[in-house]
Amino acid sequence: MINTTSQRAPGAVKAPGTERHFDRKGLVQMTLLGLLLILPVVAYFLGHLYYVNLASRITIIAMAAVGLNLAIGYGGMVSFGHAAYFGLGGYVAGISAYHAFDFTPFMSWPISVPGSDNLLVIWLAAALLCALLALVIGAISLRTTGVYFIMITLAFAQMIYYFANSWPTYGGEDGLPIYIRNTLPLLDTGNALTYFLICFIGLILAMALTSRLMKSRFGAALTMARLNDVRLATSGISPYPIRLVAFVISAAITGLAGALYADLNGFVSPTVLSWHFSGELMVIVILGGVGRLYGPLAGAVLFVMMETLLGGITQYWQLFLGLVLLGVVLFAQHGVMGLLAGRERNE
Amino acid sequence: MSDAVLSLHHLHKRFGALHATNDVSLDLRPGEIHALIGPNGAGKSTLIGQIAGNIRPDEGSVHLAGTAITSMSVAQRARLGLGRSFQVSSLAEPLSVMRNVMMSVQALQGHSFRFFKRVSRDAALLEPAYQALEHMQLSHRAWTPVFELSHGERRQVEVACALALKPRALLLDEPMAGLGPEGSAKLTELLEVLKREVPILLIEHDMEAVFRLADRISVLVSGSVIAHGDSHTIKQDPRVREAYLGDSNA
Repeated sequence: MINTTSQRAPGAVKAPGTERHFDRKGLVQMTLLGLLLILPVVAYFLGHLYYVNLASRITIIAMAAVGLNLAIGYGGMVSFGHAAYFGLGGYVAGISAYHAFDFTPFMSWPISVPGSDNLLVIWLAAALLCALLALVIGAISLRTTGVYFIMITLAFAQMIYYFANSWPTYGGEDGLPIYIRNTLPLLDTGNALTYFLICFIGLILAMALTSRLMKSRFGAALTMARLNDVRLATSGISPYPIRLVAFVISAAITGLAGALYADLNGFVSPTVLSWHFSGELMVIVILGGVGRLYGPLAGAVLFVMMETLLGGITQYWQLFLGLVLLGVVLFAQHGVMGLLAGRERNE
Repeated sequence: MSDAVLSLHHLHKRFGALHATNDVSLDLRPGEIHALIGPNGAGKSTLIGQIAGNIRPDEGSVHLAGTAITSMSVAQRARLGLGRSFQVSSLAEPLSVMRNVMMSVQALQGHSFRFFKRVSRDAALLEPAYQALEHMQLSHRAWTPVFELSHGERRQVEVACALALKPRALLLDEPMAGLGPEGSAKLTELLEVLKREVPILLIEHDMEAVFRLADRISVLVSGSVIAHGDSHTIKQDPRVREAYLGDSNA
């Protein structure tokens, strides 16, 4: 008969395989993180600051890609405009430092907003402003899907690119220098290793947030929005607000990475707002493995290493990048992480 | 009509010159299976779309448990208690059966903006989902990915998803389609028991199942309900025999 509802002890229904265990995937992930942490420390004590900064660069680009991966990989929203958030984050750091350096207010009416060289203030402002921008862009873009979504996100990002390009107050196309790296209480952010560790913690937090998010109810709904939004709606959950919130979080993470990047380089220019950079972030996500937690990190390592090593040999290094991308797309659809760590298991 | 769980009042839908739904009124009462049959092109899909919320009617209204749902979205209707299954099953294939069913439980509890608690340890989601599966005699497949399931099992999962919503009414769109005799018989058996808990509006081609299950039958031809009654009345109705059944089936 149908009413077979048995009496079970609370918590008797369990998903199989939710216990933690160490396997090939865990080994690859720990190796990747371990090397990223240890190599810069070694380089620092050997006096090779260049390599410390290179590691910071990889870490920041990886963090930006973690943000994009939340939209593309987990949410199925192929944003071709994430440079907008990366760039906005960078300009927040640049503009704030500019006013702090000049002792001029960023805004004097209706409220007075001074500049600040405090990184905590800058990061908060960058995350909030990027979230706000993504709320507006996402609210409009998410009414479309597929190619239209790609194009509309690109169009918004290009608008912001040209705006920054033609705004002389903050350097226009020449960009805006940050003369002294923005500061944190008690820490010397000017020290290359300290700054690397700050970036590293940022990356870890972004990945931990993504991981936790995707295991929650929100993540379950986002996954369903990606796999079958008809099922999600039929279940009684509207896909649109779920996607929009994911898009906003994604943008905030990428924006924070942008702020870190501006301070690493001591410079921000419209280059980081251009569609080339949106494309590079997409390439990194695809290289590493779409929708894989460690995919953006693997992709960023590969991308920046190729850029640095091959770029030192030939200015046509992107030809080789193209070949690698071709290989990944054709033969390893789950990216480098899929190749090294095996396929992701769905429970 | 007063105690109807789901009722349609004078629905009209036109696509250009085609009058796809022409003044359709019907209702679904507690404890019954109301079957909607009709030949291909009769406008069944258009009518289902208007009940489920994918299509807006030009005129008329749809009520669920006394609430007008005519202008509500698919998700809003589902939350109000309209469960449905699809002609071609619509599930997230890579995910386990449980994950699919848990989505409905989550919607019912209305907490999708929870960002930290792990779903895989959330008894408030797991238990009701598992119960819905037990109800459809499918709990042994709980952690199997949907793509490994047979056609019939997928139908059962869809019904379980609908059941997990604790629905007031079920809208089943050709649940027997593509099932073998065995699967069809099993589902028929399950629905017979189920109707005591939730009234079912059944759209079905399988005449054997319809005549066995349905308490009332409405026949839709060219957008209009041309006949209405129990299976005996419908079998005897000359217009229905002409339009749909054909003499050999009578």
